[in-house]
Amino acid sequence: MTEYSKYLRLDKFPLIWCPGCGDGIVLKAILRAVDRIGLDRNEICMVSGIGCSSRTPGYVDVNTLHTTHGRALTFATGVKMARPDLTVIVVTGDGDATAIGGNHFIHAARRNIDITVILYNNWIYGMTGGQVSPATPMGARASTAPFGSIEPNFDIAALAAGAGASFVARETVAKPLLLDRLIERAIRKKGFSLVEVMTPCPTTYGRLNNAGDAVEMTLYLREHAVSKAKAETLSEEQRQDAIVTGVLVDLDKPEYAEQYARLAERLRAPAAFSRA
Amino acid sequence: MSSASPVRVMSGNEVCAEAAMAAGLRFFAGYPITPSSEIAEELAVRLPRAGGVFMQMEDEIAAMGAVVGASLAGVKSMTATSGPGFSLKQENIGFACMAEVPCVVVNVQRGGPSTGLPTMPAQGDVMQARWGTHGDHPIIALTPYSVAETFELTVRAFNLAEAFRTPVILLMDEIIGHVNEKVRLPDSVEVVERKGPDTTPDQYLPYRHTEDGVPPMAAFGRAGYRFHVTGLAHDETGFPTNDPVEIDRLNRRLNGKLERHRDAIVDVVRHACDDAEVAVFAYGSVSRAARQAVDEARAKGIPVGLLRSRTLWPFPDVEVRELGEKVGTILVPEMNLGQMAHEVEWAVRGACHVVPFGRVDGLPIRPGQILELIEQAVSRAGAGVRA
Repeated sequence: MTEYSKYLRLDKFPLIWCPGCGDGIVLKAILRAVDRIGLDRNEICMVSGIGCSSRTPGYVDVNTLHTTHGRALTFATGVKMARPDLTVIVVTGDGDATAIGGNHFIHAARRNIDITVILYNNWIYGMTGGQVSPATPMGARASTAPFGSIEPNFDIAALAAGAGASFVARETVAKPLLLDRLIERAIRKKGFSLVEVMTPCPTTYGRLNNAGDAVEMTLYLREHAVSKAKAETLSEEQRQDAIVTGVLVDLDKPEYAEQYARLAERLRAPAAFSRA
Repeated sequence: MSSASPVRVMSGNEVCAEAAMAAGLRFFAGYPITPSSEIAEELAVRLPRAGGVFMQMEDEIAAMGAVVGASLAGVKSMTATSGPGFSLKQENIGFACMAEVPCVVVNVQRGGPSTGLPTMPAQGDVMQARWGTHGDHPIIALTPYSVAETFELTVRAFNLAEAFRTPVILLMDEIIGHVNEKVRLPDSVEVVERKGPDTTPDQYLPYRHTEDGVPPMAAFGRAGYRFHVTGLAHDETGFPTNDPVEIDRLNRRLNGKLERHRDAIVDVVRHACDDAEVAVFAYGSVSRAARQAVDEARAKGIPVGLLRSRTLWPFPDVEVRELGEKVGTILVPEMNLGQMAHEVEWAVRGACHVVPFGRVDGLPIRPGQILELIEQAVSRAGAGVRA
């Protein structure tokens, strides 16, 4: 049993999140993963952007950095390259990471820098009151898509995979014990890793789409979650509403900070190996 | 400077990179943009050999974010850009002001607005350097007038950033960035390091309201100083607060910290000002032309002086006011439409005439033009040519 309190800034409680929000489930899953790996609080740097998910670091007693909207990965890149010995975890949301921060998201994945991204996907901008996000399903309503979104939504995991991430997984908060296993693997993975966590926002998405309360929305996630293997057996129509979960990408490829260290070493080596 | 250092022919951009290394730069993130790219290119060669990190990021915003992140992890950090990139960096510059993260932002100014004139000089970003990011915030901006001075002021930019936990803008312009001049670089420079925590981790307050207004700064890392950094209004602990008293206190300390150290920051050079009846206020490459114009006017017996400002922000208001009380006219030639002339006018508060002269056609202001201005001012004022 994880003793959560040792990683938490309990004096910052209660949490800012609404009743029924899934973000607390993700927070606990992150702490279980960190505990299982045995990471010291001082060797973790948790970086976030702006939004509900991005308030997570404030509650975690590690080195924490709450940055500007969409830019968490840029700050995290600076931290990682200045202190490659730190475990850098970025906590972000669907809007933060794939709308305003979309460029940084694909380039951090392309670089394959050793940062773990935990992306809370609730299909909407929660903190600002329920505006449409790049993850809002087509047809779903948001305060700025009052007649239903007419834009296709991103498959965020596929986006990271396409951009070059070495580890990509997806899980829902309906399966918290599977979630922490995936987060553990993501943190252990050398390279850019993404865990996309499907989490309900009953306050905005739920109300605007008559999707029910937290329990109903969580049950929806559980019922629509299918493994990658099972998804491959489904017809395209059946796959329409499926949330494909589990490890989607797990590759061994060169990691950026290591590549950089190797370059620096080569430049310091005897003339035969040096450019000059 | 040691006589052992060889004389070299270098551009302002090259010297900027050289000086940054001497000042302790170990992290640079940038994005290609004319006319600043040579700084990045030089550092791409230098940093990996020196145990530092060079990164070309996906955009200007990312470069600024990475610089702030690296500095929070305890490493001296810098980025370099020009007008369009400077616009993009503003939000994260504001974060660095609010979170009090030392860093250096070089802006090799080119003609604007918008894409403007990528290869031609301007000084149109002087107000953006002051007010480019939203909200009241402190900022330091330095303006070198030669290649040699670029070395000196680049080192100073790092030292001021570290001393006061603030971003420092080095406002070069295309002329200073690209001109090649003979320089003799010093063998060593005075380097300032940020003030580290003076308490144990459990007592540490990352935003303590200290006597001098500058809170001691820990670095992200394994030393046990686990602290929180946010762009939200925060109290001494670094955590967000909605308490009006704490918010007011934070904003006043932030903006007051440079004010109270103003005399240590403001840096002007007076040339022939003692008996001047007319003065020129200038900065950056224009002040170079102004110096020549003043010397030529003096040779003709015209009592004119030059106040050359090497710091634009904080603005040298006391020094300008003092000058305004002595002379009849202050001429303000600049490669914009009077941005600093307004500031000069505000500083002298009617004590003398302030005559702006703006050039915005992509060409430098020539000494002859400034000499003409001086002669016009003298004849207008009826100031006699001394025998």
